[in-house]
Amino acid sequence: MSNVSKTVTLNMGPQHPSTHGVLRVVLELDGETVVKAEPVLGYLHTGIEKTMEDKLYYKAIPCTDRMDYLAPMSNNLGFCLAVEKLMEIDIPEKVQWVRVCLAELTRINSHLVWLGTHALDLGAMSMLLYAFRDRESIMDMYEAVGGQRMMTTYIRIGGLAQDIPKDFDKGIRKVIKTIKAGLVDYETLLTNNEIFINRTKGVGVLSAEEAINLSLSGPLLRGSGVNQDLRKANPYSSYEKFDFEVPLGKNGDAYDRYLIRIEEIKQSMRIMEQALDGMPEGPYRAHVPGIVLPPKEDILYKMESMIFHFKIITEGFKTPVGAVYQAIESGKGEIGFFISADGTNKPHRVRVRPPSFINLAALPKMCEGNMFADVVCAIGSIDIVLGEVDR
Amino acid sequence: MEDKLREFFNKNFKDDVIKEDKFRGDVSYYIKPDSLYAICEGLLADSDLDMKFLSDITSLDWLNHAEEKNGRFEVVYNLYSIGHSYRFFLKVRLDGENPSVKSLIDLWDGANWMEREVFDMMGINFEGHPNLTKILTADELDGHPLRKDFPLTWEQPKFTWNLDDPPEVIK
Repeated sequence: MSNVSKTVTLNMGPQHPSTHGVLRVVLELDGETVVKAEPVLGYLHTGIEKTMEDKLYYKAIPCTDRMDYLAPMSNNLGFCLAVEKLMEIDIPEKVQWVRVCLAELTRINSHLVWLGTHALDLGAMSMLLYAFRDRESIMDMYEAVGGQRMMTTYIRIGGLAQDIPKDFDKGIRKVIKTIKAGLVDYETLLTNNEIFINRTKGVGVLSAEEAINLSLSGPLLRGSGVNQDLRKANPYSSYEKFDFEVPLGKNGDAYDRYLIRIEEIKQSMRIMEQALDGMPEGPYRAHVPGIVLPPKEDILYKMESMIFHFKIITEGFKTPVGAVYQAIESGKGEIGFFISADGTNKPHRVRVRPPSFINLAALPKMCEGNMFADVVCAIGSIDIVLGEVDR
Repeated sequence: MEDKLREFFNKNFKDDVIKEDKFRGDVSYYIKPDSLYAICEGLLADSDLDMKFLSDITSLDWLNHAEEKNGRFEVVYNLYSIGHSYRFFLKVRLDGENPSVKSLIDLWDGANWMEREVFDMMGINFEGHPNLTKILTADELDGHPLRKDFPLTWEQPKFTWNLDDPPEVIK
């Protein structure tokens, strides 16, 4: 027997329930301490950015749903805002308010799935059931507006796919009521739960400097106490008209991130209520002939609408030459769309700034030097969706 | 903020800026590749500008396009100031043969994976990166998928069950 300590290399994933998809982490362990953690990605790589290069602007929207499949509406919104910025389209006020409402609904959806799976990782299995029970009401709302439960593609360039249903207001208020009742359950189960606090406090700590240096965004950055929220900093889609707070953490650990996400759900509901109370009247699509699809009702009666509809669907629209970047604050962080247009009807290059991918790069820093059992908690606290990490 | 930035470039890096561009409110500076590291270092040191957040690194391929005369590849650095809520872009143009630019990993840890992704998808070399390996595509894949000359419909024999060229497993 030699006294030299040896490290053990352990492979975690890609098939592992706590990696939230097909993430593989190669861990080098010295006893119970993690010496090195190396995430291995790409198992879900489908070349979405390349696919979008070969599609008309309209037809690229469904690709965005399939990246972060837990937050389809915010991805749609980010891409559509980028194209609208490129084409300089003014959006009707009602559409902006509906978009805000749906983006916040999506944030709750994303946070609920995170809450359920993260708590499941740490042994609180019933949380998953409660979170998914309440998420069902959001799925029903998605189905009511877009006809789909997950890949909605509801937000389109220049407006929405169709007008909001008659009972939109009632439906959203019902969701808010459900989530409000659910939040009592979650907080009773977790916030003061000794086991949960012991598992999350002081785990995956990142200081504010480290978080900025690692280009993190979303609850991860705010958990470290950096006041950065694109909804406040660079308002888009009339977010400046809404009153809400940006929760900040102090210690930058997994528990702070939990508290922030819970508080964000509450703030999202506040924004949704404001949006419903002041919902303006108006068309559900901007009137920009040749670029934005005319309303479906007009196609049956108006010749011009029919012609434009046909032209947009078959050959799209020509863009100016230039590159635009539009970032929005999704549930996971800053999701940005960099579109380089070369004057044809297809994008020359679409780059998605994926919040999950860039946040995941912090995993080695969060794990190295800490206990092996906390790796699962650290992965969970980042909130990744592998569809977006690998694209 | 825009004026402050222009002043910063005029004062310290007058000869390194090729072109200043503004499109739809997005300000970008085309700079010489050799001076990228020095400019980023200068931006980080300037406490007044507060440009501490590297939001993203991405790349473009201008093959068979009028823009190709300025260099085939373009690497875009997306920088953001949290204090001023201001975003601008640094752009460098690189030649088609062995495109290479200095890595920013010493300045930002976050540049690590972003540069690896650009290397993987576009084949741009980042000098000084300690672990410049593939990150998204399979290890066996030849070529860089986001280049415009990457074949769209042809599948490399090792990834297909094509009978004309069966993989080693079947033989």
